[in-house]
Amino acid sequence: MTTASAPPKLRRSLVRALPVSPALIVLLLFLAGPIVYCVWIAFTDLRLTGQAQSSFVGFENFREAFGDEEFLNAVWLTLVFTVLSSLIGQNTLGLALAALMQRASKPVRTLTGGIVITAWVLPEVVAGFLLYAFFRREGTLNAILGWLHLPSQNWLFTLPILAVSFANVWRGTAFSMLVYSAALNEIPKEITEAAEVDGAGGWRRMWHITLPMIRRSIGTNLMLNTLQTLSVFGLIWVMTRGGPGDKSQTLPLFMYEQAFQNSLIGYATAVALLLLLVGSLFSLVYIRLLRTEV
Amino acid sequence: MALNHLGLALTDRRRGRRLAADAGLLVLAAAFMLPLAWVVLSALDPRADLRVKAPDGLTLDNFDAILTSDVTFTPLLNSLILCGSATLLTVVCAALAAYPLSRFRSRLNRPFLLTIIFATSLPITAIMVPVYALFVQVDLIDTMQGTILFFAASQLPFAIWLMKNFMDGVPKELEEAAWTDGASSLQSLVRIVLPLMGPGVSVVTVFSFVMMWGNFFVPFMLLLTPDQMPAAVSINEFFGNRGMVAYGQLAAFSIIYSTPVILLYVLVARRLGGGFALGGAVKG
Repeated sequence: MTTASAPPKLRRSLVRALPVSPALIVLLLFLAGPIVYCVWIAFTDLRLTGQAQSSFVGFENFREAFGDEEFLNAVWLTLVFTVLSSLIGQNTLGLALAALMQRASKPVRTLTGGIVITAWVLPEVVAGFLLYAFFRREGTLNAILGWLHLPSQNWLFTLPILAVSFANVWRGTAFSMLVYSAALNEIPKEITEAAEVDGAGGWRRMWHITLPMIRRSIGTNLMLNTLQTLSVFGLIWVMTRGGPGDKSQTLPLFMYEQAFQNSLIGYATAVALLLLLVGSLFSLVYIRLLRTEV
Repeated sequence: MALNHLGLALTDRRRGRRLAADAGLLVLAAAFMLPLAWVVLSALDPRADLRVKAPDGLTLDNFDAILTSDVTFTPLLNSLILCGSATLLTVVCAALAAYPLSRFRSRLNRPFLLTIIFATSLPITAIMVPVYALFVQVDLIDTMQGTILFFAASQLPFAIWLMKNFMDGVPKELEEAAWTDGASSLQSLVRIVLPLMGPGVSVVTVFSFVMMWGNFFVPFMLLLTPDQMPAAVSINEFFGNRGMVAYGQLAAFSIIYSTPVILLYVLVARRLGGGFALGGAVKG
């Protein structure tokens, strides 16, 4: 049945939906396409060079991954990186900043907000350089530690995963701060004031009133932070290249190394697919959190 | 009277608390400031190294040294072409797509929006290896247009979602008059809705542009020829491939490359009355 002979109602809906088509075409070709392609080549032994045809290998890539110590190392480091920088670092620090901002005077609030947001708006690579300079042996952190008579060390060599986690906190906290500031602004003043008159101290008010009231924002924020952190590449690449050895090689860097240093596109894509699946799970939880608002 | 006392005590306590909050914030601000201070001071320092220190005299030599077409102008122009075109494509597609989603009821709206939100949060980094492999197959690797299209696709879900939310805020009644006068959807979108949601459109535009301008991985994977590289990637070459790194020049380049996005952010934040609008928009 062609559109011309379609019932008028259907035709009207088609005409109305027409403006969606450019976006739909771009999304199907350049986003859905690669995802489908990803699912396909994750099950093949596609290589970068020297191979005329790739063949279907079933779950071989996945079996190999779970027996590969380097892969397990990358999974572990990704977990450490995510928990340290997203769940603990950005989330707590963002909430602390937002809570302090509620009480602080306006100039201090504006100044702090400006500095934290600048760190967030900076291009990823620039942020990487700044933090590289900060953590290097001859960098600012050690200069400060020396000044305080504390032992210094070569952070990027001894504790690279900690250094890149801090870098991610520095870069990403602004987002949590903005989300929590918006959430805290929506809490009616009367509620906190009533509790204050009743003699509830700062911590108790935070724990019993503020946190339960912003729990939806906390959920949303944790999801989005985690998803963002899972896909950090440039920051770590600039600071450590995943090294020394593989001591800061999270999954995106592992994937890159397998694809381009070892030419194993099929294997790298299998890892990509796993990362995508974890991301999708988080994404689905996020949608559930938002569900009532769509 | 007792109540009055209580009131005074509360005001006192509040003042004390404000001071404590100010002090706490200033400590945090100083910590966040340290890396930023390094880049500004080093850019002006004739003998910059890796730590924050008072410069050995002020100089613009570092800027002078990098303001050549090789190091600065070509990469920045590439960035502008790449991110500008992709942003334009994103905003036009998003505005068109948001219109029916915001204006007409359809059973498909909800599933479509849920898919869009789902896509918003997918880790794009994960699909870069398959995108690379795909682009090699279809001959889009190392082309500006391929990279632009991929950039647009990666930003579109969020842009559509934001645009739809802003569009929902424009009352429908204004268009109904235009409809009765026989205006088409496209006419009422361009003449009535978009002009009324200027701040919304600028947020979507600036947000898309800023995200692409700072993105390293996408051009790093999809472009190969050095002449085509945007600043995000070229800065990395500049840093990595010269045994002895000129930190002062690197800092100067970082500043030049970062300034446009910082200015754009300030512009949008101003227009929306405070920097909190993006946070609110993202929150849903």
